[in-house]
Amino acid sequence: MSYFVDSLRQLAGLKPVKPTPEQIPIPIQLIYKEKRKTPLTRDALQAVEAGHARSPNRHKWRNRRWITLIVVNLLFVVSYVLDVQLVEGALTASRVIGFHLADLNSALQVTLAYKHVVINLLIGTLTVVVLWILLGGRTFCSWVCPYHLVAEWAESLHLWLAKHGWAIDIQFHRTVRAVFYVIFALLALLTGYTVFETISPTGILSRALIYGPGLALLWILALLAVEVLLSRRAWCRYVCPIGITYGLVGVFSPLRVQYKMQSCHHEGDCRSVCLVPHVLDVTIRGRARGLATDIGADCTRCGLCVDICPTSSLSFTYKGLEKVL
Amino acid sequence: MKETPTGRPTPTPKPRRKTKKLRDQGRREFLRSAALLVGMVGASLAGLIPLIGRANARLRPPGALKDRLDEQEFLSACIKCGQCVQVCPVEAIKLADIDDGVGLGVPYIQARDQSCDFSCDGLQCVLACPTGALTHDIDYPAETRMGFARLARPGGCLAVRGLPLKGEARGPDHPALLRFESVDRWTPIRLAEHPFDLPLCDLCVRLCPIEIRITQCEAGTPPSGDPNQCPPLHAIRLEPKPDGLSATPVVLDGCVGCGVCEMVCPAEPAAIVVDIHRSADFQ
Ligand code: SF4
Ligand code: SF4
Ligand code: SF4
Ligand code: SF4
Repeated sequence: MSYFVDSLRQLAGLKPVKPTPEQIPIPIQLIYKEKRKTPLTRDALQAVEAGHARSPNRHKWRNRRWITLIVVNLLFVVSYVLDVQLVEGALTASRVIGFHLADLNSALQVTLAYKHVVINLLIGTLTVVVLWILLGGRTFCSWVCPYHLVAEWAESLHLWLAKHGWAIDIQFHRTVRAVFYVIFALLALLTGYTVFETISPTGILSRALIYGPGLALLWILALLAVEVLLSRRAWCRYVCPIGITYGLVGVFSPLRVQYKMQSCHHEGDCRSVCLVPHVLDVTIRGRARGLATDIGADCTRCGLCVDICPTSSLSFTYKGLEKVL
Repeated sequence: MKETPTGRPTPTPKPRRKTKKLRDQGRREFLRSAALLVGMVGASLAGLIPLIGRANARLRPPGALKDRLDEQEFLSACIKCGQCVQVCPVEAIKLADIDDGVGLGVPYIQARDQSCDFSCDGLQCVLACPTGALTHDIDYPAETRMGFARLARPGGCLAVRGLPLKGEARGPDHPALLRFESVDRWTPIRLAEHPFDLPLCDLCVRLCPIEIRITQCEAGTPPSGDPNQCPPLHAIRLEPKPDGLSATPVVLDGCVGCGVCEMVCPAEPAAIVVDIHRSADFQ
């Protein structure tokens, strides 16, 4: 099944398709067989992981990502507070040294509600489409969205609480996010108001940072409380239409995380840290159909899996530029 | 979908039957997801509640798309970016909070605290707006239609009572900014830094930006040197009463509802306020 179809299925929330044995090429089957013949002992596995945990690269991508995310959001703040007119506006729409940029989902909602497109908005939207095709689509989520960062911190709290039995992880059906997407689009079209923006933590947080806090932050707190106590990363996993919008852009992006099955131990560390673990189903023993597989477009390119993989089986790749880089 | 034990080549894929437990799990997951859906959609729809019964309840920046009772177009066209906020030299524009529901993040002006005085000359907020929520069809302050001033409490008006004005319009501590051509052509200063000494209060007329423009046009020095905007229609004037000692502010067809008169009015609460449901075009 092609990368595109797989990606679209993921975005819709459908179950990943397991390959039948006939679909797995013989050489790949042989590698699995080889791995099974010489299984890694528990101790050996732990040794590998412990060694990796001490590696200086253990948080390489996370650190780069946090810095990027904070810098991007601070640019908005600093630029307004110091009035340097570098980046004007908020994440929903902005002007960067004179260039219009518009958040794709906000632009979509406004267009559906207002039923009219202004040229500046169109220019801003197209610029952003091109930008995120180059940069990976859902990279917006993990590298720019301010809610992602606080939700990531809330997630660590959730995991710690859950370990002690003080928090639970209610899971929802993953198709619900696609249903949300359609419903919010329809609501904008039918009511004529950008109804989703009222509850969008991305917009609320971005504006709160730039223009000062307000009551709307209570909504953010409520969302975080749910994620900490009841359901891990619920907003991003099951609700946020922004994620789907950028996911659709990501389908066409050459920037991807790539999985190399040969070195993989299939112990599943990557899936345990991932915001969207279904994209990593290919790392389960017997799922890969080739030596190297690109992770689908629902991946936010956050690099947590790249960081945690003890065998470097996951890495960033840029299609068409592998030779150059 | 056929399922096979992972990785192992099995000759006959065994058909999977859902056990009762699995079916129960599936049903519960479905119900949970439906509840999540209803909850979130409900929360977002709750944003429509503040619209009920208070259409147009806020003064919007110049050029905001709206007609007499309905600002639906404006609310839907605004992408809630605050670029209009960022360019305003007097920081007249604020973004609404979540109690405005779908109006969250949409710009408004609290005229009594800080009104738009067109001190940017070129309608900067209109130029900055990426979506046309502040319509790009207007070029000059006199073309805006934010509202219409109304002498709401004649009893409080100093002119009506025949009273003079001595000192700062709004007290020594009020932070309101206003541009005084006579002080600095470009930079607004604090209203408190500009005390008055008037035998009869006429601030609403004297400081009305439209009236100031008319004066400039008549003096042959149009604002920004652009004669195309000259002269606008009169916005407000003071009509003397028969006693010769007092007068009534009368709002005229040229009023754009900028709110300067409301901001500078020394009476507490303001005697003159901007009516958001009216404008020069529909009264
Ligand atoms: S899914 Fe939505 S909220 Fe989550 S990181 Fe992406 S844009 Fe932000
Ligand atoms: S017209 Fe100028 S002064 Fe008035 S609100 Fe807009 S930017 Fe501010
Ligand atoms: S600049 Fe336009 S779109 Fe942005 S907040 Fe102001 S009115 Fe809304
Ligand atoms: S009368 Fe008041 S609201 Fe009307 S244009 Fe003059 S200052 Fe603005």
